[in-house]
Formats: sequence, C-alpha cells, structure tokens
Amino acid sequence: MTAALSARVPLWRDVRVLKWVVQLVVVAIAFGIVAWLYGNYIENSQRLNIPTNFNFLDNPAQFQITGNSLSQNAPIRQALYEGFLNTLRVSVAGILAATVLGTLIGIARLSKNWVLRSLATAYVEAVRNIPLALFLVMGLLAIVLGIFPTIAEAWNVVGLMIISNRGIAVPWYVGSGYGLLLLAVAGLAVAWVIARWRRSTSDRTGDLPRSGLWGGAGFVATFAIGWFAFGYAITTPEVVGRATQGGIRIDPSFFALFFALVIYTASHVAEIVRGSIQAVPRGQGEAADSLALSGFQKMWYIVLPQAFRIAIPPIGNQYLNLIKNSSLGAAIGYYDITLVAQTSVGNGSPAVPVFALAMAIYISISLVTSVFVNIANRRMMLVER
Amino acid sequence: MTNAVTWARRNLFRSPFDAVLTIVFGIVGLFIIHRSLNFIFVTGRWDVIRVNLRLLMIGRFPDTHVLRIAVTVVVLAGWAGLLAGLIRARQVRAGRVDVGATRLSWRRVSDVADRLWLPAFVVLLILMLTSTSGPWVMAIAAVVAAAIGRLIGPYVGRLPLIGLPGVLLMVALAVVPVILFFYVVSAVGFDEWGGFMLNLFLAVCSIVLCFPLGVALALGRRSTLPLVRVVCTLYIELVRGAPLFVLLLLANVALGFFIPSNLTPSTATRAIIVFTLFTAAYMAEIVRGGLQSVPRGQIEAAKALGLSPVRQMGLIVLPQALRNVIPAQIGQLISLFKDTSLAALAMGLFELLEVSTIITSQGDFRGQGLIGETIAFAALLFWTVSYTMSRESQRLERKLGVGTR
Repeated sequence: MTAALSARVPLWRDVRVLKWVVQLVVVAIAFGIVAWLYGNYIENSQRLNIPTNFNFLDNPAQFQITGNSLSQNAPIRQALYEGFLNTLRVSVAGILAATVLGTLIGIARLSKNWVLRSLATAYVEAVRNIPLALFLVMGLLAIVLGIFPTIAEAWNVVGLMIISNRGIAVPWYVGSGYGLLLLAVAGLAVAWVIARWRRSTSDRTGDLPRSGLWGGAGFVATFAIGWFAFGYAITTPEVVGRATQGGIRIDPSFFALFFALVIYTASHVAEIVRGSIQAVPRGQGEAADSLALSGFQKMWYIVLPQAFRIAIPPIGNQYLNLIKNSSLGAAIGYYDITLVAQTSVGNGSPAVPVFALAMAIYISISLVTSVFVNIANRRMMLVER
Repeated sequence: MTNAVTWARRNLFRSPFDAVLTIVFGIVGLFIIHRSLNFIFVTGRWDVIRVNLRLLMIGRFPDTHVLRIAVTVVVLAGWAGLLAGLIRARQVRAGRVDVGATRLSWRRVSDVADRLWLPAFVVLLILMLTSTSGPWVMAIAAVVAAAIGRLIGPYVGRLPLIGLPGVLLMVALAVVPVILFFYVVSAVGFDEWGGFMLNLFLAVCSIVLCFPLGVALALGRRSTLPLVRVVCTLYIELVRGAPLFVLLLLANVALGFFIPSNLTPSTATRAIIVFTLFTAAYMAEIVRGGLQSVPRGQIEAAKALGLSPVRQMGLIVLPQALRNVIPAQIGQLISLFKDTSLAALAMGLFELLEVSTIITSQGDFRGQGLIGETIAFAALLFWTVSYTMSRESQRLERKLGVGTR
C-alpha cells in the first residue's frame, strides 16, 4: 500500500510531461515545415539568381494601369498603391450596393405579396448556387461585349449616361477628390451635431425629434455651401468621335467586377437579412400592429433595428468575402492589387516577395474590416441592452 | 372560384400599394420569363453546346481511355446504391426508421421522385444532346448498377458482421473509390483531365482531404495546450484572411520556389493542395462552432463513465459536434465546389468555365456572340449540383433534428 502510494508515476504516463511533449512535437513539426519551405525558397532563389528582398519596389513598373495617369516609369511601389486604391474603390462601392440590394431582397422574401416573394426567392435560389467567376465572365463577355452597343450607336440615358461596350460614362465632378471627401466628412459632422441637438431638444420639450430629417438637411446644406465655395462643377459625358468626353468613364472591367460582386453578395446578404428578421420575436411585430403602426413604420422602427443587431456579424463576414473576392477582378483585367502584383511578376519582379506583399495587404484589410465590424457589433449590443 | 379570389386578395391585392407592387413586379417577372423562354427555345443557338458537349463534360480526355470513365461511373453508382441500402438497413435495425416506412408506398415513391427529378432531368438533357450511344449505355448501366446495389445493400447490412469481418467490409467499401481513382489516373494523368469532370473531381478530392485536417485544426484551436492553440489559430486566421484567388495564383507562380525542383506537382494537383489547405481553415471554424455547441454535461458524463480523453472526444463529443454543424459543413462544401471554377481563371486549368469561354472563339463559332449559350449551360450544371446538395443538406438536417428532440 505505502509502496504503491510512494511509487512515482512513470514519465511516459505523467500528464504534465505528456502535455509538454505533445506541444513540443506540434511546434517542432510546424517549425520544421516552415523551415523546410523557407530553406527550399532560399536555395531555389539563389540557384535561379532571383532576389529575395524588397528592393524591386523602386524599379520602374513598366506597365500602364487602365484608367490611371500613372506613368510607366513610376516605381512599382506606386503602382501597388494605385492597385490598393482600386481594390478599395470596387470594395466600397460593392459593399454599399450589395447591402442595399440584399436588404431589399431579404425583406421582399418575407413579403405577403406572392409575386414579390416568388421573384425574390427565385433570385436568391438561382444566384446563390452559381459560382461568382461565372457572373464575372458573364458581366464582361456577355453583357458588356455582347449586349452593350458600339460607341457609334451608344445608348444615351437622358443625356446623363452613355453606355457602350467601351464602358459606361456618367457625370462626375471637376476638382479635388480629397477636398470632396473632406466636405463629406464635414457634412457628416454637422449632421451628427444637429441630430444630437434635436434629440436633446426633443427630450426636453417632447417634440418629435426628426433627427434624420434635420441631420440630412444639415448635411446637404454643408455640402452645397462647400461645393459652390470651392468652385466644384459637374461635367456630363458626350460622344466625341470614337470616345466619350467629360464625366467619368467606368471601365468595362470595373463594371463587370462590380456587377458580379453585387449580384452574388446581395443574394447572401438577402438570406442573412431574412434569417435575422425571422429571428426577431413575433411579439415585436404584433406589438407594432397593435400600436397601429403602418407596415413601413413597423419595419423601419421596430423590426429592422432589432434584425440588424442580429445580422451584423454574418453581414460583416460577407463584406470580408466581398473584399477578398474582388481579387477576381485580376482575371478580367481590373487593375486591383492582385493584377498589379501579377503584372509586375510578369515584368520580372520576384514572385514570392510580391505575392507576400499582396497577401499581407489583403490580410490587413480583412483585419481592419473585422475590427470595424466588431466595434459596430459591440456598440449595437450596448445601446440595445 | 371563391378560393382563387380569396387567395388573390390575400396574396396579391391586400392594399392599393400592394396592387401596384403586384402589377409592377408581375410585369418584371413576366418579362424575365418571356426573355428566358425566348432565349431557350427561339433565339438560343445550342449547336455550340451539342458540338462541344464532350469538351464541356470531360475536356480533352483521350478517346482510347474514355471507357475507363464509363466503368468508373457505373461502379461508383453501384457502390453508392450499396452504401445507401446498407445505411438504410442499419437505421431500420437501430429503430431510427420505422419498418412501415421501408415498404414501397406512394409516399416513398413521390419522396424519391421529389429528390431526384432535378438531377435526372439535367442528366437526360445532356444525354439528349449527345450524338453517340456510349453515354446512354453508361447512364443506363449506372442506373441499373445503383438499383442492384440498393437492393443488395439491406441484405449485406443484415449480415451478422461483427469484429474483423465487419471491419473488412468497411475497409473494402472505403477502398473502392481509391481503386477507381488509380484505375483512371494510371491511364490518363491529371493534366489531360478537363471539363465538368475536373470540377467534380477537384471538389470531391479536396472535400475528402480537407475534412480530417479541418477537424484536427479545430481540436488544436480548442486545445488546453497553449503552444498547439497558437499554431492552429495562426494557421486558421492567416488562411482565412487571404483570398483564395491569390492563393491559387501564388501556387501557380511561386510554389516552385518552396519545394525541391524535382517534386513540382502538376497544375491540377496544385489546385487540389490549395483548395484543401484553404477549405480546412474554414472547416476548422465550423467544427469549432460544433464543439462549442455540445453541452458540458456530455463531457462530464463521459468523464464519469471513466472514458479516456481520446474516447471522450471520439465517442461522445465529436459525433455530436459534427452532427450539429452538418448544414454549415455542406454549405462550405458547396462553396468549395463553386470555387473550383477559379482554377481556370487563376491557373488556366481546362475546367467547365474555361471550356465554355474557349469554345465560343474556336472554328465555326468564332465571333457569333455565343457566350450567352455556353455560360447558361455552365451555369445550369453548377447550379444543379449546388442546389441538389443544399436540398439534400436541408433534408438531412430535418432527419437528424427529429432524432435529437
């Protein structure tokens, strides 16, 4: 008895020892794989005489980015930056459009109107089960090059848009883009202050706050004052010879990528919105009915705010997917970060550092976006509970 | 009549606004239906599909070895039938399906018809487009093989196979697809595979390979051992942050740097490797969700029974965890299947999407704007497989849900 108690646990059955052994083995395997890959990389690079450092960033890019005035002699560093901006452009535009379209379709799926409901259901079931790449090819080859007319017979939409197989020309502003961005931020700040003031007044006096209306008016006013004060103007496009002049021309590749991303992501957003609306307790809707709110009021004030709280994390995931999927634009000639990387590798930059950089940028964008989504999520939780 | 009026009032004309919606979207819907029907039956020139059907389905697979594909399909059909029958018999024996339901009844027939009509319709459509009799023979043989397998299955399932014979049967069943794989690949290497077959093959291969890796990563991430957790979390988050398309590009242009030059795999193999490593990270997150959904009491009960940690995991926790996340897993597999179309854009593999864009610019069909037809055909194939998978997953979910409540 005493012998059994005093006997030490053998080393190979001691849990503490085993735990350390397991960990060391896992780390050793992981480290071994990485070291093997890295060793091969160094060896192969030296054999082929390919640099492994980032000095290539200062070499001239030797290619032109479509729709960009960047010279061919600009360093690759700058080309990559322009590519990054292009990725951001299509991502932001795509996220906004996909959210609006997806939300509308998600609500339509729950409509009591049979026609609307069936159409929305058909859309979601059709689009969700088809690859994004197929929409991309369809957007470029079937719609832009197949359906859109040549520049000579371009469709002119009420004098504002000119649609042809060279792209879509739309009205645009003349002046500094950063100034406009600053103006928008200033407008938002004014709107926020006014909305706050309206809410506090309403708390004191009991008047309707109408903070959205007042804030919106503040935004429009600020923006308009700044617009004229800084001498911004709008140009509309027109066909001159075999090209369009004025406005801005949306490149076919941008249009195809935007089209594919929005169509595809909207179907996923719609499913999330539908699920979130259904997850709002039925009693909430019934309570709104018993307060005699209209259908719109019920949706806008009661159901949607609660549904969006549930929907934020999965929709954030869809945003991340959209950003990552925008890399597909490289396949149809949209100069996002991926295509810039691909082209510069084709022009002689070392492949591994270039792609490592591109990957690092994507991972950073993902991380930053998920931080924002998490903040939004936490704020919504705090406000509501 | 009154029923129809009541229905219309309730579903189409609740309010003036509703009536406007009905009319506007009714017109939109009718327009879409009209355009689609017009495209399918009138304006669509489907010759491009008929002529290139073989390229679309199996790519440039050499003539001399096509028979191997046919044999594989037929044997796989029989194998699947056998497996279905076997599982059914097990369920009946375990009392999970009441015996009454095994008898042939109108409800069962309509149930099976409901599940199978869509894929059957598409297969028939493809067969109608063929110009030779080979595919017909293959399809009929496959259906017969599946039926025979399904009929034999229950008898095999009822055999008193416990211990070694049972294990041997399992192994035999598991080995069949592997043998078939080598049977085909020993004659024709990956690089000559193509068409829709390549899409299916890439997807199935990656699914099978990513599953164990995903489960291992999920367990690693949930582990109490800090170093293991860090390694697994790092892998999962890095892979999930990167776009699949860029990973495929990377594998295409840069994989050669990371492995000795004599080991460089073929393009299709690279695609499988990337799909596997990529999907494993997502699968790990799904499985982790499943592990979190298993109530603590289950683990405590397993501990109380004196099970070792490995058995607690393998017999109690994992089965429940995996079952809880079946819909999410199948969703991931569907998206993997859809993503196989990226292999063309990133690596130039000769899969369905690539074929359907190439055939519009060859020979007789160049410059005729036939991309709509070929894209529609590719979309139909992708859609049918994905949609069938998601419907089966919903069915499975319902079936398993009944057992838990």
